[in-house]
Amino acid sequence: ESCPSIKNILLLDSEGKRVAVKYYSEEDWPTNAAKESFEKAVFTKTQKTNARTEAEIAMFEGTIVVYKFVQDLHFFVTGGENENELILATVLQGFFDAVGILLRGNVDKKEALENLDLILLCLDEIVDGGIILETDSNVIASKVASHSIDAGAPLSEQTISQALATAREHLARQLLK
Amino acid sequence: MAQPLVKKDDDRDDEEYSPFLGIEKGAVLQEARVFNDPQLDARRCSQVITKLLYLLNQGESFTKVEATEVFFSVTKLFQSRDIGLRRMVYLIIKELSPSADEVIIVTSSLMKDMNSKTDMYRANAIRVLCRITDGTLLTQIERYLKQAIVDKNPVVASAALVSGIHLLQTNPEIVKRWSNEVQDAVQSRAALVQFHAVALLHQIRQNDRLAVSKLVTSLTRGTVRSPLAQCLLIRYTSQVIRESGNVQTGDRPFYDYLEGCLRHKSEMVIFEAARAITELHGVTPRELTPAITVLQLFLSSSKPVLRFAAVRTLNKVAMTHPVPVTNCNIDMESLISDQNRSIATLAITTLLKTGNESSVDRLMKQITNFMSDIADEFKIVVVEAIRSLCLKFPLKFRALMNFLSNILREEGGFEYKKAIVDSIVILIRDIPDAKESGLLHLCEFIEDCEFTYLSTQILHFLGIEGPKTSDPSKYIRYIYNRVHLENATVRASAVSTLAKFGALVDSLKPRVFILLRRCLFDSDDEVRDRATLYLNTLGGDGSVVETDNDVKDFLFGSLDVPLVNLEASLKNYEASEEPFDIKSVPKEVKSQPLAEKKAQSKKPTGLGAPPTGPASTVDAYETLLSSIPEFSNFGKLFKSSAPVELTEPETEYAVNVVKHIFDSHVVFQYNCTNTIPEQLLEDVIVVVDASEAEEFSEVASRSLRSLPYDTPGQTFLAFEKPEGVPAVGKFTNLLRFIVKEVDPTTGEAEEDGVEDEYQLEDLEVVAADYILKVPVFNFKNAWESMGADFERVDEYGLGPRENLTEAVNAVISLLGMQPCEGTEVVASNSRSHTCVLSGVYIGNVKVLVRLLFGIDSSSKEVAMKLAVRSEDGAVSDAIHEIVASG
Repeated sequence: ESCPSIKNILLLDSEGKRVAVKYYSEEDWPTNAAKESFEKAVFTKTQKTNARTEAEIAMFEGTIVVYKFVQDLHFFVTGGENENELILATVLQGFFDAVGILLRGNVDKKEALENLDLILLCLDEIVDGGIILETDSNVIASKVASHSIDAGAPLSEQTISQALATAREHLARQLLK
Repeated sequence: MAQPLVKKDDDRDDEEYSPFLGIEKGAVLQEARVFNDPQLDARRCSQVITKLLYLLNQGESFTKVEATEVFFSVTKLFQSRDIGLRRMVYLIIKELSPSADEVIIVTSSLMKDMNSKTDMYRANAIRVLCRITDGTLLTQIERYLKQAIVDKNPVVASAALVSGIHLLQTNPEIVKRWSNEVQDAVQSRAALVQFHAVALLHQIRQNDRLAVSKLVTSLTRGTVRSPLAQCLLIRYTSQVIRESGNVQTGDRPFYDYLEGCLRHKSEMVIFEAARAITELHGVTPRELTPAITVLQLFLSSSKPVLRFAAVRTLNKVAMTHPVPVTNCNIDMESLISDQNRSIATLAITTLLKTGNESSVDRLMKQITNFMSDIADEFKIVVVEAIRSLCLKFPLKFRALMNFLSNILREEGGFEYKKAIVDSIVILIRDIPDAKESGLLHLCEFIEDCEFTYLSTQILHFLGIEGPKTSDPSKYIRYIYNRVHLENATVRASAVSTLAKFGALVDSLKPRVFILLRRCLFDSDDEVRDRATLYLNTLGGDGSVVETDNDVKDFLFGSLDVPLVNLEASLKNYEASEEPFDIKSVPKEVKSQPLAEKKAQSKKPTGLGAPPTGPASTVDAYETLLSSIPEFSNFGKLFKSSAPVELTEPETEYAVNVVKHIFDSHVVFQYNCTNTIPEQLLEDVIVVVDASEAEEFSEVASRSLRSLPYDTPGQTFLAFEKPEGVPAVGKFTNLLRFIVKEVDPTTGEAEEDGVEDEYQLEDLEVVAADYILKVPVFNFKNAWESMGADFERVDEYGLGPRENLTEAVNAVISLLGMQPCEGTEVVASNSRSHTCVLSGVYIGNVKVLVRLLFGIDSSSKEVAMKLAVRSEDGAVSDAIHEIVASG
């Protein structure tokens, strides 16, 4: 596998509790317990470091973790042990800065939880199934924040049964081709 | 959309405040009923979805019924035209990962979104649909996906390409049809589209080497806009270089491209290229230099990530190419005090690899200061670096041994302590001067050791090494303390160790007996039994007699039956009147070749390995051969070869042979395996034609009575040859046996068998079979102390060769000697090379060889000067003869 890949992105608070996490590698952490113990290990190991001005880096359990802290929030991006460290750092910076833009500079746990929908959408726009989608924080933030009413789409009044019917009809048409 | 979920109230200062305080799954599921309202409140619905996502994110799980219910009500939200809500809908559908029969409900809605005029809808609908779909649906949407790949909106194109990368794993035949569109996307002006397209195109073609090579050639000439795509291209280029195989003397293809990337404006790309260059197979110092220069610049970066990446890469390079990395030593030294302990550790271990003898003491001081700050896994890295440093500079053992003993006293986990103990054991074994101080450090360690395994291993090691020291009595106290202070396992091994001192050191016998007698009252059976046994075998009745050899064999010899066989026999033994007889345990070594391969591939290190090190396989063979009466008078086994395969893999019968060399005999041990379940072979023997081995005459053979399916067995042949002469020759082999049909249902063999034969490959006895690989640690010293009395020097032409490496390897394998000090590695493209070898020739004569090679750059003719020193002129001549006739 030569494509750069991200194993997880974590946003924890100053006690190591989850604010938002996203795992892309189920085989490394198949259960919630495995995920929590990894988070605990990452948090404990990095807790005392000063990752506030520059992103820091650590290696353990066969992974590389880059991380950055602000206020009571701890940002982590994890990759495989042979991953290019600077790629991981770029993803971290994209996430970190995009959250800063979305929270209008008030980056702390309270603000993050109050805007959890934005944080989750942000994670969704950065990485898809382990593959990097976007690293430019401005692009990420603008994708998350774009919200105008979709005027172009016709008003949809479909009910479930209608949806089902259309789906069946569509299937049938495909089969007849 | 950025509204808070709960109204901000006055207690803003309250640290415990959270919009999700007291959230509860049941209540949120109730709230999810708003999705069914005829008049949808988009904001409210978004909030509820956020709560559901919060629960999932915190590790809460929904039952199948709950998930289905939520999923169905979420699908109704497609009616709303609120973009914010739609995005949350996409998100939760992915998180709920609906089953195939549920997916169908949203398919049409998502397909509609895929054709929407809104880019955001198209991009997200593609990602959602591809995530939840199965193969059948894919053919329906394939048309839209192909369109999306070339969509002018980059977000849509990327969504389709990334989905393609995921789908390639499950539906490769469909995704492969998209090659043309992906090819177009590679030319996209949008940086990330290009990145995703390059990744997908490579994955589609990855099994076609020619296509990958073409892709790399065209991309390296074109423009690659995104740094990420550039990194990909560097990886693919390395792959093409790697697969193009042999290193030509001329310029390496694509090297210029990699070097050009070192000047890229993005650090990510510079680093990727530098790393790729350092990992090139057989990289030359000239190729390395520019990469090391940029990595050196990174070492003084203000960014920890950059420093870490650079030092980690240089650390790896230093393992194989320490010299070019020495240029970075000054920058490395300033990293020893780096705030980031990972960086500091990597810097230190790099310096240990590149440093010279004079810098050892200073480095050790610096390491001592920071050992307590780093994690165990890094400490192990440091300990291993110190161990190899000590073997490199044996004169420095005092400082290094002191360091090891200091850290042994500090806190640490089992793996860390074991690494230290293993290192001390290796130093004791390889550096004679380090023995006594090393043993005392180990003794002090077991005075306060919480790991039973380490205590018992150290006691065992003490029992073997301790009695041979100048003052064995000083170890007794440490050993006997164990009997007082430790658990039963450790006490029992302490008793065995005491007995070994008693057996080997007569002056200590009376004192050892007193101590052993005290152990007769121990609370544990095993401890009492051992004490009784040893008192009896050593003659503990008070009379001081010399311990006879049988007893020494019993105490120190290895068990003469394979442990697996003993274990199997004990399991089969049923308690009865008849005592268990160890003679009933079969001595034949089952699956010998496998055990041996393991032994050879993994050099024994530390306590886990038998104390005699590489001789252990010889021990096993010796035991096996001496148990066969026909061979018992052949004397001491000089050397056993590695197994030589005589059959192709996966044939009916698998046979390999081990050549055992004695002073005036050679024994062939044929290891046979029958791979046909329906057959039983009996009276298996190898018939040998030795007409091309004039000096050998067959004297004895031992057939294999029975060879059932999948149970390896051995048959032997012995030849006589002139004493002490390295006779060579070629033998043709024919496997002869009686084959009986076996009924697969009952496993019973038929009464009558048929005689049959099976042709095996030829076997040669060569000169190298008469030389043991025995390393020396300081070749220069050994060479000088051997003296020039029996030195023989001559020059040879080796004819045209591909390169020097090939010539060096050919001579090494011809002589079968041990290359010393890593001189078997030839720097790429060098015109001359010196290689030093050591070994022991039959008759136990030490031999040292110095080889000087030169290659003519145009004709590729290789010339070699061979200087041999040994303790016997005839042996030096014999070495020359081997080369002259080889």
